[in-house]
Amino acid sequence: MSLDKEKIKHVAKLARISVDEAKVESLTKDLNSIFKFIEQLNELNTDKVEPLTSILNQSLRSRKDEISDGKIREKILKNSPKENEEFFVVPKVVE
Amino acid sequence: MADITNQSLSDIIENLKKKKVSSTDLTKAYIKNIESAKKLNAFVTTTFDQALDKAKQFDKKPNFDQLLPGIPLAVKDLFCTENIKTTAGSNILNNFIPSYESTVTKNLWDNGSFLLGKLNCDEFAMGSSNETSHYGNVINPVGDQLVPGGSSGGSSSALAADLTPATIGTDTGGSIRQPASFTGTVGLKPTYGLCSRWGIVAFASSLDQAGPMTKTIKDCAIMLESMSGFDEKDSTSINKKKEQYSKNLKDNVKGLKIGIPKEYRVDNMPKEIDELWEKGKKILKDLGAQLIDISLPHTKYALPTYYIVAPAEASSNLARYDGVRYGYRSKQGKDLIEMYEKTRSEGFGDEVKRRILIGTYVLSSGYYDAYYLKAQKVRQLIKKDFDDSFTKIDAILTPSTPSSAFKIGEKTNDPVSMYLNDIFTVPVNLAGLPALSLPAGVDKKGFPLGLQLIGKALDEQKILNIGYAFEKNCGFKNEIKKWWS
Repeated sequence: MSLDKEKIKHVAKLARISVDEAKVESLTKDLNSIFKFIEQLNELNTDKVEPLTSILNQSLRSRKDEISDGKIREKILKNSPKENEEFFVVPKVVE
Repeated sequence: MADITNQSLSDIIENLKKKKVSSTDLTKAYIKNIESAKKLNAFVTTTFDQALDKAKQFDKKPNFDQLLPGIPLAVKDLFCTENIKTTAGSNILNNFIPSYESTVTKNLWDNGSFLLGKLNCDEFAMGSSNETSHYGNVINPVGDQLVPGGSSGGSSSALAADLTPATIGTDTGGSIRQPASFTGTVGLKPTYGLCSRWGIVAFASSLDQAGPMTKTIKDCAIMLESMSGFDEKDSTSINKKKEQYSKNLKDNVKGLKIGIPKEYRVDNMPKEIDELWEKGKKILKDLGAQLIDISLPHTKYALPTYYIVAPAEASSNLARYDGVRYGYRSKQGKDLIEMYEKTRSEGFGDEVKRRILIGTYVLSSGYYDAYYLKAQKVRQLIKKDFDDSFTKIDAILTPSTPSSAFKIGEKTNDPVSMYLNDIFTVPVNLAGLPALSLPAGVDKKGFPLGLQLIGKALDEQKILNIGYAFEKNCGFKNEIKKWWS
């Protein structure tokens, strides 16, 4: 299969990345060559193979659902691009 | 005394113990080297004042019971360091100052070392040449205009140029072993789960592992022992007793069975790589190891599988960079969605965007079965190849890379040719196994080449031991002229 420019713009929208119109052409070329490479996998019949979902021979541990940390609002907000000392601030969402 | 900075980590530790050098003088010597090596662009951030304070504290009250007593260390800028900027080589994290320390770096500091600076790397560790970093290309000390490998390119460059006595990197598809091979140094990717991933900027969580990069095998054992261990903050951390890799290091390989996989002889491989492989086999055979031909039939499908699994996981992991809670935020964008789109467009570089788009596509509705599920099935076959072989052998010997270091710009226009660099390293990540890259020789241009030893899961000690014997008998010496200072 091949990816056209419209498909790439749609995927970029899903990924929340704006793509320059000028760059769509070269991106389409690059992604198509990568997908051509990836599609070698279709040579293999994998009908009877179980997918590998974890490389470890152990199941994931679970912990007790209890509070072990907290009261670090200042630390968490310290790296925010914009805040009002209590919350993260984003462009207005609701009119 | 003679220049201390070109010695191995273990020799430096001996010299500190014998009071031939103080931690302060050692730290000053590295600072001097770093300041005269700006051309290599290996550092994103330096922490000299803080390092000198720590060195002075150590000298006042030295504790030699630790594994890394009074040792200054620079680390890849993918490890979060408390109150020290951590960029992951990306513009989107150009102002990020973590309020916590990664478990792996904390383990290093708890063993007596301290931070010298943060090392350049490919953006989010996505690259094989350190050319995707927002902070510029890193130069390989082996030669001007040569790439140091990637993604841990700042780490390999700094180590080979004597800017740090040892270092750590991360390896998702070869990012420790390939740069080690390109710079004539030792690099180990541990078993998945041996070193905690907590506090490391995530790329592809089912493949990412941190590991040591050093000048010698003994140094590698010391660093691995220092950085590894169970961590309850990483849900995939393996809960097992801590190993004493350095104390248990033995150079005896007699009777060990070494597998030689026929699928690693690829088309168009330079003759020199083949010759190096032959040399490696002969060394191990002469030391009493038994060579056994094996087959890993799905090897050629490892890279295509990787380029589905890794971007898929990356697209999910990197969804967190949205300009809201930390990192870069675009000044453009009238509404929330546009703010996200502009932030991510301006914050990420081209390679990262490419991989996010691949990952988003293969996970999108209607394509999941054809790509992601297919890749998970092939991953199972690749792992099974190794499992089957390891019933008959102790370790596998292969080349580390299909070529020596290449020139800056040589492969940037063709992503697939860049990806092919990782052809020998990627299968190991997919199978979660440990693998060591050893410096083994040079090509006709004089550029270093490496061989790779792959072990069973959690068999780090065995591949370190084989590497130790190999190192003593290989006769490789990394001769780098300091042309940059």
